[in-house]
Amino acid sequence: MQLAVLGGFVVAGMAPLLHRWFGDRTPLVLALLPASLAAWLLGQWPTVAAGEVLLLEWVWVPGLDITLSFLIDGLAWLFAMLITVIGSLVLVYTGDYLRGHRDLPRFLVVIVAFMMSMLGLVLADNLVTLFVFWELTSITSFLLIGFNHGDLSARKAAQQGLYITVGGGLALLAGFVMLAMAGDSWSLAELTTRGDALRGHELYLPLLACLLIGAFTKSAQFPFHFWLPNAMAAPTPVSAYLHSATMVKAGIYLLARLHPALGGTDAWMLSLSLVGAMTMATGAFLAIHHTNVKKLLAYSTVMALGTLTLLLGLGTPGALVAFVAFLLAHSLYKGALFLVAGILDHETGTKDVTHMGGLRHVMPCTAAVAAVAALSLAGMPPLLGFVGKELLLESALAAERYRIVIIVLTFVASFLTLAVAAIVALRPFFGPVRRTPRSPHEAPLGMLVGPALLAALSLIFGLAPGWLDGFVAVTVGGIGAVDHDVHLSLWHGINLPLVMSLASLMLGLAVWRRWDHLRAHLARLRPLMARGPEAGYEALMAGLVTVAEWQTRMLQNGHIRNYLIVTLLTLLGLVGHALFIRHAPSLEVPLDLYLHEAMVAGLMVAGAVAACVMRSRLAAVAAVGIMGFSIALVFVLFSAPDLAITQLLVETLTVILLVLVLFRLPRFATLSTPTERARDLIVAGLSGIMVTLLMLSVLAGERLPRISDYLVANSQPQGHGHNIVNVILVDFRALDTLGEMFVLALAAVGVLAMLRFHAEEEDAGRTPARERDDG
Amino acid sequence: MVRSGTLILSVAARLLLPLQLLFSLFLLLRGHDEPGGGFIAGLVASGAFALYLFAYGGRAMHAMLKVSPRDLIGAGLTLGVLSTLPAWWQGEPFFTAQWWTIPVIDFKASTPLLFDIGVYLVVLGSVLTAITALVDTDREDDA
Repeated sequence: MQLAVLGGFVVAGMAPLLHRWFGDRTPLVLALLPASLAAWLLGQWPTVAAGEVLLLEWVWVPGLDITLSFLIDGLAWLFAMLITVIGSLVLVYTGDYLRGHRDLPRFLVVIVAFMMSMLGLVLADNLVTLFVFWELTSITSFLLIGFNHGDLSARKAAQQGLYITVGGGLALLAGFVMLAMAGDSWSLAELTTRGDALRGHELYLPLLACLLIGAFTKSAQFPFHFWLPNAMAAPTPVSAYLHSATMVKAGIYLLARLHPALGGTDAWMLSLSLVGAMTMATGAFLAIHHTNVKKLLAYSTVMALGTLTLLLGLGTPGALVAFVAFLLAHSLYKGALFLVAGILDHETGTKDVTHMGGLRHVMPCTAAVAAVAALSLAGMPPLLGFVGKELLLESALAAERYRIVIIVLTFVASFLTLAVAAIVALRPFFGPVRRTPRSPHEAPLGMLVGPALLAALSLIFGLAPGWLDGFVAVTVGGIGAVDHDVHLSLWHGINLPLVMSLASLMLGLAVWRRWDHLRAHLARLRPLMARGPEAGYEALMAGLVTVAEWQTRMLQNGHIRNYLIVTLLTLLGLVGHALFIRHAPSLEVPLDLYLHEAMVAGLMVAGAVAACVMRSRLAAVAAVGIMGFSIALVFVLFSAPDLAITQLLVETLTVILLVLVLFRLPRFATLSTPTERARDLIVAGLSGIMVTLLMLSVLAGERLPRISDYLVANSQPQGHGHNIVNVILVDFRALDTLGEMFVLALAAVGVLAMLRFHAEEEDAGRTPARERDDG
Repeated sequence: MVRSGTLILSVAARLLLPLQLLFSLFLLLRGHDEPGGGFIAGLVASGAFALYLFAYGGRAMHAMLKVSPRDLIGAGLTLGVLSTLPAWWQGEPFFTAQWWTIPVIDFKASTPLLFDIGVYLVVLGSVLTAITALVDTDREDDA
């Protein structure tokens, strides 16, 4: 399986090549990959159904306890099936939706890569592996939302989605690290058995908070829900696949996976059920504002994600059964509806449902598919959506705390969802025929297969929910309700949930009838809406840019003096802290100097002072030269010939460079005020004192064994060289040297760029009328 | 600013350049056992070319060098990175030094030597890039 997933990435990379061979049939060829994976998964069903956990071991970084092991239990199996089955259908659909599109190969690369990342995410047993795949889905999602990169709004939506999910990913990483510390394992299979230890651990609350932020951002929970509707800028197959069936459910998957390990506490229950209920109502309420069919569906997806979170928060066995049923039902009908929305967009050229009408005459098949899927969304019998909704209402009624709040929000969401379903299914297909930008035809076969199959499954499972019993029982076992008897059925008798369903049917239909009036009223709420969480996001990003501008102006202002002061003060602070707080500095001055040593030191001091007070540049350069050559002399005195030679050569080349530069400088002038010079003197003096103290302390107490002993002893036997300096440079510490080589090369390129561009700018400034090319 | 210098400088530069280059090669090759090495040798070679440049001007130096100094940097970096790879063939960690003796001339070839040549080229290339960039801007100013 690991090979299949890793190989899938290779296949993704080969998509452009395949496209050259197969042309527009490439998506069909690629669909074989998820289809065969789905077949393999089906073959594993007997094992999974027996309640066994399939652990496929794969060592990755043994030293860090990181494995690429996959774990297949009921939960992982459900998600993997959804990913592969819907994935193949979406690829088939793409074949017609993007037929002849210039960027089809690019699209295929990214969507197959996404598919494999998502599969890796739900199968991973190791937290680090899971995180890697998690981030990969964020990145591929970014690329897919921004697929039409010529469009500004698509780019902005892609960025927003990326910042929010990756920002949440950072929190998730912190959460994973704490989780591994608290549970003493990186393996999910082991962590789920250590629930009691984890819940009692002192890190429980912080790690839960971090994990929840990660999951909530990914699954578009309130207040992070706004990125999902904006992500509808992506091509429709992407919306159907990533932003309804799979990626946005990654957060839900994680919460479900961790439910046995972390669930059951007050903090878990309250945060999940309240955030879930809030998201549910917000999504349903915002949905009816929109006339764009994809936005309508996106907000109803937000609502569904909220529902799933709420059910996990409730956490009773009944709620978990409802969770699985609702998850499956939602993936089926929402995938189908998004694909239908793509058909509408493709055939009519508009996404606005108020501009469509009477399409059932020209596209009867699409209309039928849409009707079935919408009935499931509305929660009408005899579809799977009805089963899911009845179970949801039952669980909400059984909530232990905040029951009234949860029931009211669930009810509101349920009748608004019904209105959304009616709008999506009835508005475009019934009523008078309207003229659309393109004259519509029935969708091509490839685009109908996917939604038709998904809608059919909704119907079949709705008619015979009993077929799902075993499957739901196994999945629920993976989430934490082991050995729970599951009986799904359409008819529960006349009970409170059924009454609520009927009431929501009435209210939903009323909303649908009065929708146009309602939207006009809702439009008055716009100023209020503009202050929602999205405004907060915008403000945050704008603030980030402001801070970045400010700190760039402060730190990177182009004055070399400022750079020096900042660097030196930072150094002073850090070294000073280490020296004075962590160690006591030594003030012992060894005074056994030879006369010639003292003379060289005096020469250096004289050179330094002279360089500061000289009024001519050439004299200052000469004074700095005196210092440099005295340093070389010191190296000679302490028998370090390599350093001495290097120092002399560098001094010589410095003179050459300075001569070339000096010629270009303006006349010597005093530009700084006395205060500034006093400040510079203080900084310079402090740096000198600090370095002196540091040297004295190092000499006084040798706290660590000398590394030079090792180097002296091993230079010849291991490095085959007698010149220790050189052996260190090219062998022992060669990686450092390699880094320095790159620094040197970059510095040279920097000098070149600065001089060249500066010259060009001057050129352009001097003769603006002249074309660059003819010069 | 940099034009043909005095007669003494011209003659001296012409005579000294090959000697200095030979000396730099000598420093480079003996560096592993005696004072020397790629960095020092690179500086000596840069000094040699800088002297030639002062005597004959930038164009003459480019003609002499035949390749652009920037290409030298690239070649040096490539050599440096290449020298890290042979260890992988031996199944040893990245960058482990490898030694071979070439039989007839009894010369010890090694990845550290290769790496040192890389250092040499990067140093030479970087210094010459900076110097020629400065000289070129001067010439533009004069024009």
